[in-house]
Amino acid sequence: MRIPLSWLRDYVDVTLPIDELAERLTRSGLEVDSIERYGIEGAELPWDRDLIVVCNIREVTQHPNADRLVLAEVEFAPGQFHTVVTGAPNIQQWKGLGPITTPLRAVYAKEGSVLYDGHVEGRVKVTLKGKPVRGVMSDAMLCSEKELGMSDEHEGILLLPDDAPIGVPLVDYLGDAVIDIDVLPNMARTLSIVGMAREIAALTGQTIRLPKPMVKTAGAAVEQSIKVTIEATSLCPRFTATMVRNVTIKPSPFWMQRRLTMAGQRPINNIVDISNYVMLELGTPNHTFDADQVAQHHIVVRTAKPGETLKTLDGRTHSLAIDHLLVCDTTQALSVAGVMGGESSEVSPTTTNVLVEAAVWEPTIIRRMSSTFKLRSEASKRFERGVDAEMLDLAQRRLTELLQTYADGTVAPGMLDVRTTPALAVSMTLTTHEVRRILGLDFTVDQIAALLAPLAFTCTTVDAHTLLVGVPSYRMDVSHTADLCEEVARMYGYDNLPSTVMADELPTQRTNLALEREHYVRDVLAAAGLNEAITYSLTSRTAAAKLNPAELESSEYLHLANPLSPEREYMRRDILPTLLEAAAVNIRERGMTRLFEVGHVYHRRSDAILPTEPLRVAIVIAGKRNTTAWNAASSDSIDFYDIKGIVELLCERLQLSGITVSASDFTHLQPGRSASLRLTIGKDSFVVGSFGELHPEARDRFDIPAMRVAVAELDLEILLAHAAVPRYTSISRYPAASQDLAFIAPVAITAQAIEASIRKYAGNALSSIELFDVYAGANLGEGMRSLAFRITLRSTERTLTDAEVTKLRAKIIRGVEHENGAKIRA
Amino acid sequence: MSIIDQLAAIESAALASLHDITTIDALTAWKSDYLGKTGLIAKLSRELGALAAADRPAAGQRFNAVRASLDGAFAEREATVNAAAQGHAFASEALDVTLPGRPLTVGRLHPSTRVLRMITNIFAEMGFQVWESPEVETDTLNFELLNIPADHPARDMWDTFYIETPPGAEKVLLRTHTSPGQIHAMRAHAPNPVRVILPGKCFRYEQVSTRHEMMFHQVEGIAVGTNITFSDLKGTLIGFAERLYGSGIKTRFRPSYFPFTEPSVELDVECILCSGTGCRICKHSGWLEVSGAGMVHPDVLRNGGYDPAIYSGFAFGMGPERITMLRHGIDDIRWFFSGDERFLQQFI
Ligand SMILES: [Zn+2]
Repeated sequence: MRIPLSWLRDYVDVTLPIDELAERLTRSGLEVDSIERYGIEGAELPWDRDLIVVCNIREVTQHPNADRLVLAEVEFAPGQFHTVVTGAPNIQQWKGLGPITTPLRAVYAKEGSVLYDGHVEGRVKVTLKGKPVRGVMSDAMLCSEKELGMSDEHEGILLLPDDAPIGVPLVDYLGDAVIDIDVLPNMARTLSIVGMAREIAALTGQTIRLPKPMVKTAGAAVEQSIKVTIEATSLCPRFTATMVRNVTIKPSPFWMQRRLTMAGQRPINNIVDISNYVMLELGTPNHTFDADQVAQHHIVVRTAKPGETLKTLDGRTHSLAIDHLLVCDTTQALSVAGVMGGESSEVSPTTTNVLVEAAVWEPTIIRRMSSTFKLRSEASKRFERGVDAEMLDLAQRRLTELLQTYADGTVAPGMLDVRTTPALAVSMTLTTHEVRRILGLDFTVDQIAALLAPLAFTCTTVDAHTLLVGVPSYRMDVSHTADLCEEVARMYGYDNLPSTVMADELPTQRTNLALEREHYVRDVLAAAGLNEAITYSLTSRTAAAKLNPAELESSEYLHLANPLSPEREYMRRDILPTLLEAAAVNIRERGMTRLFEVGHVYHRRSDAILPTEPLRVAIVIAGKRNTTAWNAASSDSIDFYDIKGIVELLCERLQLSGITVSASDFTHLQPGRSASLRLTIGKDSFVVGSFGELHPEARDRFDIPAMRVAVAELDLEILLAHAAVPRYTSISRYPAASQDLAFIAPVAITAQAIEASIRKYAGNALSSIELFDVYAGANLGEGMRSLAFRITLRSTERTLTDAEVTKLRAKIIRGVEHENGAKIRA
Repeated sequence: MSIIDQLAAIESAALASLHDITTIDALTAWKSDYLGKTGLIAKLSRELGALAAADRPAAGQRFNAVRASLDGAFAEREATVNAAAQGHAFASEALDVTLPGRPLTVGRLHPSTRVLRMITNIFAEMGFQVWESPEVETDTLNFELLNIPADHPARDMWDTFYIETPPGAEKVLLRTHTSPGQIHAMRAHAPNPVRVILPGKCFRYEQVSTRHEMMFHQVEGIAVGTNITFSDLKGTLIGFAERLYGSGIKTRFRPSYFPFTEPSVELDVECILCSGTGCRICKHSGWLEVSGAGMVHPDVLRNGGYDPAIYSGFAFGMGPERITMLRHGIDDIRWFFSGDERFLQQFI
């Protein structure tokens, strides 16, 4: 809401400097976005009081040496004259006509004035210096709005109304400021100059002065000329109409145009401007009809009939739905209530009689209609936040007064007034106990009443602890005692409230293991050298199809009803597609990536409208295992075993038991380098994720250059649920016996299987087992390989004897050979 | 030449040659030449028996003295040679200490994760526990139960992504704020007191720009009990701001509006970039918004299962990305979800 200071001052004395007023408003819930100053102190371009003044142009004559220039004879102070050279097109018409009967009022700037250069783009300050122009001395000028910083208008000089006082500093006549305030929905009462004046009066201890319109009436009474029928009674609490006859359509007065412009409204003509002016001044949107275009002068407020349409001024025809609220005559729709006017009854240059509507509409229907028609206007904004029905009388008087004065109209006596909802006086009980309970402030009833009174709440003391508070009609935001408490706190000043520590009992504290473990997983993965990414939960099936082409047609995705772009149209079902898109950028940029993400994915349910949101962890790594620094350990590239190492680390750190890895054929992974992770708990066994090297075709679809890209995606929820706290095992004091055993077995026999056999036969004496060499060579035979394990045997009770070790070794060898068809390597 | 004279000649020859020795090998050879079992001194000593008995003790003593003298000289020379050898070894291993150290591959947490943890830790100390709630919500939970019915002007405050649902089904949406968590948390605890914070992802139907994201994090907090006031809210939030920005930070507690709180408030802190003098980041106001908050609206308390005549409480919300941007001077929010390691690796 843009508030011109001069307009505000009509209704309240502004006692604070502008900056202080702005801070006061902001601290009272009316956040000031900006302050624009015109000419006054603190403005970007202050108008010098002595140099820039209102003047008279008495005569315009041809410049002796230049066709396009004229000489203006200017009176810049009573009885003081000067000749000014100008090329302004809007005074050419008086050239050579001798003294002008009603001299033109304009803005005169003397030598030394600082103005904006009117001839260059943007706002460039220049100091006015005298110089001869084609032989005539030019040391003063007549100013355009652009040169004064009032607007970008530079077509001609600024012409002022005839009553502008000659010789008066322009800053006194037109200097102003506009305070732009971000009005929140609960502050709808301040969406007007008068509403803001009321609030400022309350905040600064001043008194509001409401406008007192003076209306002379003549001719037939409104009741005899117009009829109003409200059919949709629940949607129109109050409807008023007045009539102004024999209006003249012309531009509105200078001051009104200036105020509208500063408030952000474009001036059109006197009728439209007066309508907007009163809306901005009193917060009451209103509508003017060409009364002679209203069939039978009978207004009907009703909902639309099936198939009904309305043509608007821009020539478009809108189809209406049966729950749309219309203002009609007896034959057709004239306007969509509170939202937009129709073409047939719009005030036009030929209009003579104006029917003025000021009404209050049910807020939600206005909001529905304005969003249906995509017409959010200043009017609909006010109606949907609530307009004070008790303000309509003043609004009608103000509208008719201005139409009488500035459109030369004759106001018909009376006002048609249809109320379907009686005015209700709202009052509430407020106790000192409630104020203490909600605010933590110990106030007496008198203190509370003193805080509320400036806001026009009427406070009646019921007893020492209780007030009966009457709510003004324009306070539609106040419906609970909590709202009154807010007003008490606001008037007391939020900054004056004490800062206290909660004295309430501490709720029972609970553990949140899943969350703690989730954080732990992030820490483990970061410690493993991975960078945490957070990618969009919104993606496309096209992105998912890069990983797995079948996703393109999948109907399993949650689909946005109103996506912003095709790239963010579906809720992700897996993390890898978006993480791989990020990884691809990193790889292209720096030849490597180390990313992980912990986050939710979204899975549709057939039996519920809300999805499940499983927690996942995904990892993408590619590039050199170590950095390429001069002293790095090795420059090998990452492969399957790097991602497996990370998965193993994670499982180990979560102390998961019952984890197995098996070769799998996930479509997004390269065959033979694709593994699934399985968790077995008692008799239940679940696949909890996949890992391996990205399939080269998928890699190409992500536009990643040819290289090994290792990925994993695991169901973190299940893993976290089965995580355990490490159990201490006692550390043996006795020496260990190391045995190196190499087994030759077919390649199809997994290392995991051989290791399991070793564990089984070594029994309790096994302290550790490490696979330290894998070898496949021609000497071993086709399809065979050798796996060499270092097995550490140790007892916690005594030193193992050589005989025991030898016996155990033989047992392990026999077991492994027997179970796996392996042979010990000699 | 007498045996004693011969001994003196050996001693002076030994000392002379020892002086020129620079290697351990030569030292070993010298020792065996002069002091070894078959060395010159041992050989000469065998001739002692030929001396008269009376001369033998003196000659014996002389032999011992020469041996001791040569042993001492040897030890001294050996120390010198060893020191020189070590010096050579060190010189050959000398490094350019200005070359870069061997890099470790260490990963980093996302800056939002770091700041979320900072926030949750501060509130944890005040007795708030972390609670989580779904990211996909119903219109009822995201709006209606928070006192924002359909067609309420306040709906303009949240541009919303909706999920396609079958005709007639309830509206489903991506939560626009973590506030539905208030309802979940209250319903899980009522009528017992509740004090939780709810961090999580939120979504807004908004064109992405340097300052606005369609996805972001929020941290919601709620405390409900029988003795919780607006002044407690002020104390809690200002305490938080002081922990985050340092005690002594200037704060401003300013009336605001949220449909689900009454009274409502916005907490500002003095702009940390310009110290309140006004800059581009604070839009020349000198203040930065930290948190929107208020006393839980009576209708919302009732929706959460509490009788508003007996219970009261406060709720607040804040955006970790904004706090992160201010903390690190990040000028473009779009980096947060880019997964770009050039961005991620800038934080600790
Ligand atoms: Zn600043």
